[in-house]
Amino acid sequence: MLGTFWQVWITLITVGSIVGCGILIVYTSRGMRKEETTETTGHDYDGIQEIDNPLPRWWVFMFWATILFGLAYLGMYGFGNYKGVITVTVDGQEVNWTAHNQWKAEVQAFDAEIAPLYAKYSSTPVAELIHNDEALQTGQRLFKSNCSVCHGSTAKGALGFPNLTDKDWLYGGQPAQIVQTITNGRQGAMPAWEAVLGDEGVNQMVNYVRSLSGLKHEAALAEAAAPKFLQNCAICHGADGKGNILMGAPNLTDEIWLYGGSSKQIEMTLRHGRAGKMPAHKEILGANADAKIHLLATYVYSLSNK
Amino acid sequence: MKHETIEKSLPLMVVMIVIALSWGGMVEIVPLFWHADTNKPVEGLKPYTALQLEGRDIYIREGCHVCHTQMVRPFRAETERYGPYSVAGESVYEHPFLWGSKRTGPDLARVGGRYSDEWHRAHLYNPRDVVPESIMPSYPWLFENKVDGRDTPKKMEALRMVGVPYTDQDIEGAKAAVDGKPEIEALVAYLQHLGTVITKR
Repeated sequence: MLGTFWQVWITLITVGSIVGCGILIVYTSRGMRKEETTETTGHDYDGIQEIDNPLPRWWVFMFWATILFGLAYLGMYGFGNYKGVITVTVDGQEVNWTAHNQWKAEVQAFDAEIAPLYAKYSSTPVAELIHNDEALQTGQRLFKSNCSVCHGSTAKGALGFPNLTDKDWLYGGQPAQIVQTITNGRQGAMPAWEAVLGDEGVNQMVNYVRSLSGLKHEAALAEAAAPKFLQNCAICHGADGKGNILMGAPNLTDEIWLYGGSSKQIEMTLRHGRAGKMPAHKEILGANADAKIHLLATYVYSLSNK
Repeated sequence: MKHETIEKSLPLMVVMIVIALSWGGMVEIVPLFWHADTNKPVEGLKPYTALQLEGRDIYIREGCHVCHTQMVRPFRAETERYGPYSVAGESVYEHPFLWGSKRTGPDLARVGGRYSDEWHRAHLYNPRDVVPESIMPSYPWLFENKVDGRDTPKKMEALRMVGVPYTDQDIEGAKAAVDGKPEIEALVAYLQHLGTVITKR
């Protein structure tokens, strides 16, 4: 709400300007000739003369038309604290036009229109819905808009961003687990082991980790790290290194590497830790979020189950 | 006043043009200088931390604002993609504001929390590592350059003079909070904070 001073300020300037324009037209029209003429105004520049004709009628009419338009516009959309006569529908109620209300009305109308399109998929379980091509296409479109920035447009991921097309899952690949991951996000928490293991320990552990999936390693170094693995790493990755989806601890035996499997890359992971994060998407997806997540989960699930 | 008088006197013409051009602004802009909607910080808005502030200056130095706006407009198409539309109360501590007017890349007003820190690092080091079709330049030097905190307290004092409520404590601790940190850390801290005060659509 505007204070009285500003309300008066706005009203005076706005209405004053419009009325002033009207007065100006009337005032200047008075001195004008009524008929066409060959007489000049007396202006003569470099031989170019200005003939003292009246303004064309349609031209003057346009001035009046803009004044009428201005007044009608103010009446419809309002100015200052006056709200105008136009209304939009928000929450089922007719409310005054404002930029916010117009936006809200558009959003609500769209969401209501599209809700049934989503709703028709929501009752079908994910495992069944993967056979519905239309649902998959909708899911894929949602994926490209929201997920491809990290996971890639083919969902194959990148260094540090999981590949969703393989059978390896950090937090589980069942529909309910995928839904949970999209809805609430995930936070990886691989601590930095540099201080605990020391340079030599890190080197040994790199060899041990590589030995788990049969990559080239030095057996003696790997063997030296085995007890340390049980002591420090097994709590998340499991004694056999097969990981734990409750913690999002990756399986170290399957030759699928989120942060790379070279000695150097594993060393970086061990030394400095990793804190991969999947942001929670329920809020980001906005209206019909649950139905969108259902379709997204269907698409993601279909990538490795179809 | 005769036409001829105005047309033949440059100073008079300048004055008249300025009045004519500012006429609409007197109604549409001037009242907002005193309006609570535009002057009051939104609930929960805090001044940037020293690290975020340095990140913001790196953002300006690298010209991010030339290709990225920070202004979600109140249209369905925009709020659908970026989140809640921007309001003036979010920008009261912005000097200068970085709303921008040209989108070569996407709007960043609500980018905070949208991606992980790790993603921002990968993306700033080489955007094509994560978004193959991206035309954004790479910024590898951010990973080598260190923030020099010498000027941070002075920047905060200057901001305080124009109304940003930094405390003496904030300013005292500023140099230590940023000195020697990699620039990428400051920039990511800034980006992850963008638009996080308002989350409701």
